This record gives sequence, C-alpha cells and structure tokens, in this order.
Amino acid sequence: MNVHLNPVNEFRMTRPDDGIARGAPLLVADNISLSFGGVKAITDISFDIRKGEIRAIIGPNGAGKTSMLNVINGFYHPQEGTITFRGERRSRMRPHVAAHQGIARTFQNIALFKGMSVLDNIMTGRITLQHRNLFWQALWNGPAEREELEHREAVEHIIDFLEIEHIRKTPVGRLPYGLQKRVELGRALAAEPALLLLDEPMAGMNLEEKEDMSRFVLDVNQQFGTTIALIEHDMGVVMDLSDRVVVLDYGRKIGDGTPDDVRNNQDVIDAYLGVSHDA
Amino acid sequence: MLYREAGDFKTTYASDQQTFPIKSERALFWLFMAAAFLIVPFLINDYWNKAVLMPLLIYCMAALGLNILVGYCGQVSLGTGGFMAVGAYAAYKLMTAFPWMDQFSVTILAGFVTAGVGILFGLPSLRIKGFYLAVATLAAQFFLVWMFNKFAWFYNYSASGQITAPERTIFGYAVTGPSSLPWATYLFGLTLLFVFGWIARNLTRGRLGRSWMAIRDMDIAAEIIGVSPLKAKLSAFAVSSFYIGMAGAMFFANYLGAAEVGEAFGIDKSFLVLFMVIIGGLGSILGSFLGAAFLVLLPVLLKNLMVDQLGWVTDLAAHVQIMLVGGLIVFFLIVEPHGLAQLWRLTKEKLRLWPFPY
Repeated sequence: MNVHLNPVNEFRMTRPDDGIARGAPLLVADNISLSFGGVKAITDISFDIRKGEIRAIIGPNGAGKTSMLNVINGFYHPQEGTITFRGERRSRMRPHVAAHQGIARTFQNIALFKGMSVLDNIMTGRITLQHRNLFWQALWNGPAEREELEHREAVEHIIDFLEIEHIRKTPVGRLPYGLQKRVELGRALAAEPALLLLDEPMAGMNLEEKEDMSRFVLDVNQQFGTTIALIEHDMGVVMDLSDRVVVLDYGRKIGDGTPDDVRNNQDVIDAYLGVSHDA
Repeated sequence: MLYREAGDFKTTYASDQQTFPIKSERALFWLFMAAAFLIVPFLINDYWNKAVLMPLLIYCMAALGLNILVGYCGQVSLGTGGFMAVGAYAAYKLMTAFPWMDQFSVTILAGFVTAGVGILFGLPSLRIKGFYLAVATLAAQFFLVWMFNKFAWFYNYSASGQITAPERTIFGYAVTGPSSLPWATYLFGLTLLFVFGWIARNLTRGRLGRSWMAIRDMDIAAEIIGVSPLKAKLSAFAVSSFYIGMAGAMFFANYLGAAEVGEAFGIDKSFLVLFMVIIGGLGSILGSFLGAAFLVLLPVLLKNLMVDQLGWVTDLAAHVQIMLVGGLIVFFLIVEPHGLAQLWRLTKEKLRLWPFPY
C-alpha cells in the first residue's frame, strides 16, 4: 500500500535510463582493500548494490563504513579491487567525475555551503545537469536564464517534496540541525542520482525527525526509484528501511543478507555485543 | 513606506529571482543610473573627473574583479597590482601596435590578455590554499612588476622606462591622452563599469557563480556534488583577472596618462583593492562598489574638510587623514565584519518591517 501525503507525481528524474533492470546489480565492489600507511581501513570486501533497493551498511565504530562510501564515490582510491558502476569498470577517478556518472551523497557531519541560501544549496546539486557556458551566462537573458528557470522548477519540486518551502530563501547557517540534514538530502536529490549514498542521515536526530527522514528515504526510493545505500547506527531504522544489509567489522565483511538473516548471524551478534576471545 | 514587498506579487520564478526583487529598489537603481549617465556628464569638470569619479570607477572595476576571486571563490590573492600592470601594458602595446583600434576594444582585449596571465598564476591554487596561495600570488605581484621593468620591449624601449598613452577618441571625443575630455572619459569608464557590473551579476547568480561559492564554502562537498575544482578555480582566476586587467588599462590610459610600473602598480595597490573588497563585503557585487567608494571618497572628503574648510596645513591634514581612514577601517571591521554590504542588507531587512520591530 502506497499512501503518500505529498504527491509530486509531475516530478520525474530526467537522467537517461541506463538499461539496467530493477534488481540487477547497479554497483559491484569486488575485493576492495584500502589502507592508510600501515592502517588497514578495508580488507578484501566484496558486495553489490542492486538497482532499486535500499542497501544498508552497518557496523561498529571504525568498521570502515564511511571509508567504503568514500571509495564508492571516488574520494578514496583503493589499493586493490575494482568498482563496477552501471556495468563500467572504473579506474582511479575524481569525486566530481563520480557525480557526473550519477552518484550523489550526504555527509555524516553536515557539509552544506554555509554562505548560500537553501535554494542555492539545492540548485548546486544540479550543476552536473546544467551546461550553458560562460558566454551565455554572461549574457543571461536567453538560453542561460531559460536553463536556470527549468532547473529552478525541478528544485522547487524537491523543496515541495521535503516540505521546506518556508525556508527556501534562508541562509543554511541559520537553520536548525534537523532541517540542515533535510536540505542536504535535497541537494543530493537535486542531482537526480542513480545511486544515492546517505552517511548517517539520522545521526543526532530526535524521534520525530527520524520518522520524517525515514519517510523521505522511503519516498525517494519508491517514487523516484532511486537506489539508496545508507549507513546508519539506529538498528530499528536500518531493519525497517533496508532491503539488504551488509555488516562490516574491523574493515572486514562479516555479514550480508536480508535484515532477518543479519539479525540472526552469530558473527554480527558477536561484533555488536562483544565476545570473549579465550572461548 | 519606501521599501515594501507587500502587494508586489511574484508569479513566475523569473520575477522571483530578478536582481532587484522589490519595485522601489528597482526604481531607485534606475534613477541613480539615469543621473549618473545623463546628469553628471553635464556637471563634471576636470577636478571632479580626476580626483573623484575616474578613480572611483576604476577601483570599482578592480574591486569587482577581486571580489569574484576572493569573495565568491574564496581564493586569496595579493597579485592585484601585478594584474593591473598586465592590463596597463597590454593596453599600451595594443594602442601603439594597432593605432586604429578603438579604446573600448583596447580595454577589453587588455582584459583578455590579463585573464590569460591570471589563469597561469592561478594554477598553484589547485594544490595550495589560504595563506600559502596568498604568498604564491604575492610572487606574481613581484615577478610581473620586475618583468615589465626588465624587458624594454614592454615599454617600447622608451628612454624613461615609462609608458605614455597616446590620444584615442570615441566618436571623435578624446578619452585618453593629455587633451582628453572629462565628461567623455567619465562616460567611457561608466559605460564599461555598467556593462561589466551587469555581467558580473549574471555570472555570479547562475551555475558558474554557485560553483565558485561551493568551492569557497566547502571544497570537498563541492567536488562530490559535481563541481570540478580545476574549472571553478581557474575560471574564477580568469574572470577576476579580466576585470582587474580592464581596471589596470583604464588606470593607465584614461586616468594616469603615463605610468611607471613600480610606482603605479606596486604592492600597495594589491592591498588597497583587497581592503576595498573586505570593507565592502566579501561575496557581494554591491559590496565591491561600496568598498571602493569608501576608500576613494573618504580621503578626498577628509582632505576637503581639513584643508579647504578648516584651513589646516597640507601635511598635517595628510597625516590626520591616514590615521582617520585607518581607524575607520578597524572600526567598521569590528562593528560589521561582513562589510558595508551586510549593513545595507540589515537595513533593508529592518526597512521591510518598519515601523514595527518584528
């Protein structure tokens, strides 16, 4: 049953279809290893993210979850292993190239552009979709303005969707934490990503804010068909939202499967509850 | 009553994001522009042109350029004087090599030459930021001044080592050279500033401007959202140098008439323009104009007051003036660190609600 309080049916993702069927692997991480000097952050991890699913990455502190996300969007370069995104094996790449391929993300600590308004922040998300060059932008009237207004309209749909109409002209620095998180989600959504990475979208939120955010995550997944990978510490949220969960501990993968599989996995229970090693 | 948005309904996104969203503000702007274009040229004399209006226009242009780089893109630059010198020498070479070329083209082409040099000296910004970048641009400042002194080709092997602007006319009226007409020079500068001020506004309101500001506010997040740091930083250097180069060309050709590089385009120019940008307001077009106006007009005003009105000795007045201007800069930075533009913004917010406090 799909009851949406907030139908934005006229809004469609405009990225061309990549021909990957729902449920087929969108991103495959293959034997990824990452180390910083002598510190091994990730050791030989393989998993896939299927199109249309919500994939959770969980694990205790320092397990390598954020490092994994950083590898996926090109911010870290793994020493070993490959990432295949939309069927293309990827070599070393810069994060802005990953953004152009359709990977967007939010951050654990909010990374909004403090000096800009909510509207401008979300408009920044559409930079990969805007193409008018310096000359047309200098003229403004004509193609550049038309393009700007087209994207403004799309951004307004996102603003509607996230219910932040009242603050669209407010500088983000003045907003409370929960709203900043929501604006950050809006900025990532504005890029119309094929894969949306959420790094602890509910960290530091109260129950009501968590419920709102969960609803947005589900709506994004169902209405726009966006594939989502999320890191989250709130187990209730993770188990309710996600289709499949991958569990990391000390840079290794210790579990992978549906929430129920993972819940009953002895390694996962040990990792979370701790286990004495002399047993 | 003057500044109200009540009843001023926006029904399209275009009208919502226009430059002056409020009717009375729009009217005020065009009134001001009409006065500047249609009335001032009839009142202007040589003193007003040389002492007040021309420096104001030129520094507005330079501050606009530097604000794009420092205020919008967050890349600190101390090379403004050097880039102004590039504009000036490019204008000189163009004027002497192509005597038939009109002065608008000369100034704009000088801007393009400076943009090229700006990109070159902007390359370090891809690896370093903050104070280290400031030092790298400082190197540009000293290198460029040295270069224009060292190689005689730049000043056409003249014995004095100076460059002198030949007379050029626009529609038959001289705008450079010793017999240039004050009103024609003024209109020439004003036209350029108006057109390129408008262009600066257009560049900063769209995709390019947002990618600059994204780099300024958080470069890692900007890159992850799809901004290429290379393109954003180098385009900021290019556009900024373009404006500064035009300011340098005007400073030499329309204002000084003859220039020696170390004297006219030294490090003090770099600091002066940087102060204008900081006092006016980083990341604001209006701020560039206000900052330039503050630092150009205040000394003139103080000198008039002290020497002509109070009858003080000139050198005493000069010292008091330096102290006063310095003190005022400190005062302004303490009271409003975001500059004069922020003061104006706060005033507008208050005016919107006036006479009610909330």
